[in-house]
Amino acid sequence: MSEKAKLATVWLDGCSGCHMSFLDIDERILAVAELADLVYSPLVDLKVFPEMVDVTLVEGAVSSEEDYHKIQKVRAHTKVLVSLGDCAVTANVPGMRNPFKVQDILNRAYLENADLNQHIPVEVIPPLRKTSVPVHQVVEVDVFVPGCPPSADTIFYVLTELLAGRKPVMLGKTRFGI
Amino acid sequence: MKRQTQARIITLKIDGVDVAAREHETILELAQENNIFIPTLCHLDGLSEYGGCRICVVEVKGSNRLFPACMTPATEGMEVITNSERLRLYRFSILDMLFSERNHVCSVCVSNGHCDLQYLSAKLGMTRVEVPYLNPKVDVDASHEHFIMDHNRCILCQRCVRVCGEIEGAFTKGVMGRGVNTRIIHDLNGAWGDSDTCTSCGKCVNVCPTGALVEKGKSAGEMVKRRDWLPYLRLMQED
Repeated sequence: MSEKAKLATVWLDGCSGCHMSFLDIDERILAVAELADLVYSPLVDLKVFPEMVDVTLVEGAVSSEEDYHKIQKVRAHTKVLVSLGDCAVTANVPGMRNPFKVQDILNRAYLENADLNQHIPVEVIPPLRKTSVPVHQVVEVDVFVPGCPPSADTIFYVLTELLAGRKPVMLGKTRFGI
Repeated sequence: MKRQTQARIITLKIDGVDVAAREHETILELAQENNIFIPTLCHLDGLSEYGGCRICVVEVKGSNRLFPACMTPATEGMEVITNSERLRLYRFSILDMLFSERNHVCSVCVSNGHCDLQYLSAKLGMTRVEVPYLNPKVDVDASHEHFIMDHNRCILCQRCVRVCGEIEGAFTKGVMGRGVNTRIIHDLNGAWGDSDTCTSCGKCVNVCPTGALVEKGKSAGEMVKRRDWLPYLRLMQED
């Protein structure tokens, strides 16, 4: 029945700080709820990405095989895809492993630095890809919102502009790092 | 900051505005005197011009070439354009390549919030890097007692090389290699801490535009550089 827009958020390889910053819009989330339904998100108990979503915010870099397949599915079912935060835009901290081999990193984390139960997990956890890359190196991205994290004001501005059918102007709103 | 001497005055246009220049003045000096913004990275008041970063390129009517504003003298009747779609795209390309060639991770960098590269990317409205990151494995030299050289953040502007030679007179810092393999080195590519020419004056650290040269003990965002002393030292040299 709803003529409301459909909003989704996706969490790839990030620290959830961008989602925290999204929640930091505080009571303005009611204004967002007037304009859109949050149909898929780590904050929503739904496991399957909906058929078509108007705006999807993506937090995090594409680091694992799961991320890689998920983002392609999300892209195919999203009208406006937003790279939210430095990990999605630049690979940021997840990308700091890129100069090293995946096996070397796993050895360091799970064998050399582990005191107890030294073993590299292979079940349940998705395998890491060779490098951690920005979202726009895998799929087309429509709007880029750098920042670690982007401020709540910036996120609210981007959301309200997009839900009003306008393209947000990022000049002067945010930057790499923050 | 240049000493004002008797010189012939010439007139030209920058972005359609009539401006008067002293002969031998560069387009960049003239623009700065007239509060016209031209982005710069390798340029720093008090150091010789190097013209390496190319971020200050401008268009000059009648030529298809782009001219680095810091190295191009103003001439009579010249019509300079400092801002156009073409220039914007070239400047983005330069920033793209600077960001992708080393590992610039602004969020955890000691110079976060005090970095010329980060500032410029925001000022020009850059929101992403278009080219793939190279993710090079480069060294961090922490052998000096007080300072760190982090090649991950170096953009090869050579401000450190120039201040070391031109102002301090130590000539400790130099450049080695070509292309993406270019590195800032100390003496004959030894560890910084082993250098017997370095006076530990810290000038290189303070002129460095990014987090490539920093003081030890700084955490993310804590490294603030001071550069106001530089034009005065240069002026004293000229006396």
